[in-house]
Amino acid sequence: MTETATKEVQPRKQGLSRTQKRALSRGAQYALFVVAVVALAASADWARLKNQFAQADLARQMFPDIITLALKNTILYTLSGFVFGLVLGMVIALMRLSPVGPYRWVAGIYIEIFRGLPALLIFIFVGVAVPLAFPGTEIPGGTYGKVALALGLVSAAYMAETIRAGIQAVPKGQMEAARSLGFSHARAMVSIIIPQAFRIVIPPLTNELVLLFKDSSLVLFLGVTLEERELAKYGRDLASQTANSTPILVAGLCYLLVTVPLGFVVRRLETKAGEATR
Amino acid sequence: MSDGNKDVSVPEIQVRDLYKSFGDNEVLRGIDLEIGQGEVVCVIGPSGSGKSTLLRCVNLLEEPTKGQVLVGGTEVTHPDVDIDEVRRRIGMVFQQFNLFPHLTVTENLTLPQRRVLKRDKAEAARVAAANLERVGLTEKADAYPSSLSGGQQQRVAIARALAMGPEVMLFDEPTSALDPELVGDVLAVMRRLANEGMTMMVVTHEMTFAREVADRVVFMDGGVIVEDGTPAQVISNPSHERTRHFLSRLLDPAMADVEEEPDDRI
Repeated sequence: MTETATKEVQPRKQGLSRTQKRALSRGAQYALFVVAVVALAASADWARLKNQFAQADLARQMFPDIITLALKNTILYTLSGFVFGLVLGMVIALMRLSPVGPYRWVAGIYIEIFRGLPALLIFIFVGVAVPLAFPGTEIPGGTYGKVALALGLVSAAYMAETIRAGIQAVPKGQMEAARSLGFSHARAMVSIIIPQAFRIVIPPLTNELVLLFKDSSLVLFLGVTLEERELAKYGRDLASQTANSTPILVAGLCYLLVTVPLGFVVRRLETKAGEATR
Repeated sequence: MSDGNKDVSVPEIQVRDLYKSFGDNEVLRGIDLEIGQGEVVCVIGPSGSGKSTLLRCVNLLEEPTKGQVLVGGTEVTHPDVDIDEVRRRIGMVFQQFNLFPHLTVTENLTLPQRRVLKRDKAEAARVAAANLERVGLTEKADAYPSSLSGGQQQRVAIARALAMGPEVMLFDEPTSALDPELVGDVLAVMRRLANEGMTMMVVTHEMTFAREVADRVVFMDGGVIVEDGTPAQVISNPSHERTRHFLSRLLDPAMADVEEEPDDRI
């Protein structure tokens, strides 16, 4: 009885209902996925892959050096570049917001240039061009100093824009309230505006840290001693020594060991920041 | 309500022939106003009349185009004045509260004292606690602003301004952003402050507050002061048609255009 009633209300044309169509389309997508995976697995030469990428003893030989030397250096390069870039980026962001025209222009030009150049070129500049152009001058800190400088110069441009956006995202009333309490402009910036801006920019800055972590591999082009090698260089050297790619794979896994948790942290921070600004 | 032994002879705030333009838009067109020590003056008027701009010119959050402002004898508008020093003596309360969201309630009160007045930690904490008690929010000392209601946030903002020991308090529509049921608590704090003898300049739409607490009510329209007198004169028996029109619309929006005839009843 009820069935006939509904049919009367909703006369269905011949063919599939909306739910049926949806189920069919989803089923087709699953099928396509399975076919692709099977095809890929079947076409790969597993024995060869295993031989080239997964030599267990070779991988075992890399420890503990890959952690105590290569990963440690990667982290050191990244952090020194990040700290230098953060300080420089902060200065450039404040210059960009300055009422003094020339400061704004210099900051704007800096950002455009360093955002527009490949990081690789900056590394070559710092590693090769600067020592040639200024003979006798030594970048303090040796390779570490050069890497900090190169990574910092690149990341400062990105971080400056991020920090500037963060400062501008702090409501105008905050500055007005601080000024009306007798804070000078500079003191209000330091005590009230910048702490709030930093809360806003922590997720994008963490993201920048991930990018820097990967870009530190460009040290390759500076020419480093054995003791100064980081993950990419270490993996590549070992790969060419042994004529096997396993070290590359292990080095790659070491990168992921850091970048995946960092990415997770970024997402957590973004959700938290989203909740805070509601 | 607020009569007492107020010495109205020494003006705490003096505004002389003040003009302010934003681009081509002339917002203030020749304002003269004096507010005596301990006096409570409510500034009323339609939106766009320039009343908030006038208030913001007093502590130079807006720079006047022309004219003078004196607070406690110091010429605020003088080019060589140390504006940060002057602002310490002028408390300001905003429509949007503007508490510092990254600090707790207590830190909102102590940080300005420490950074601006260079008070030591213990002294700042003591003054903060005393002023939180003054606005009845001692139990919220460790809360963050985001966990407070609008009315509570505004009372903290008042306490933060008071903690600096100001001679004058400026209020820029302090209850306009509040839910109606929260307005009363904020007005009660302001009323107590007025009774304690604080010099207050209040831009507001709260006619009951103006009528009961203010010593004087100033009606502004079109960037000029139209009427200036006691609440009884300005609110209950306005002499200008513009004042009457504004008040009738404010007090009874539904009756806005019915009472065109001058009403002689008080």
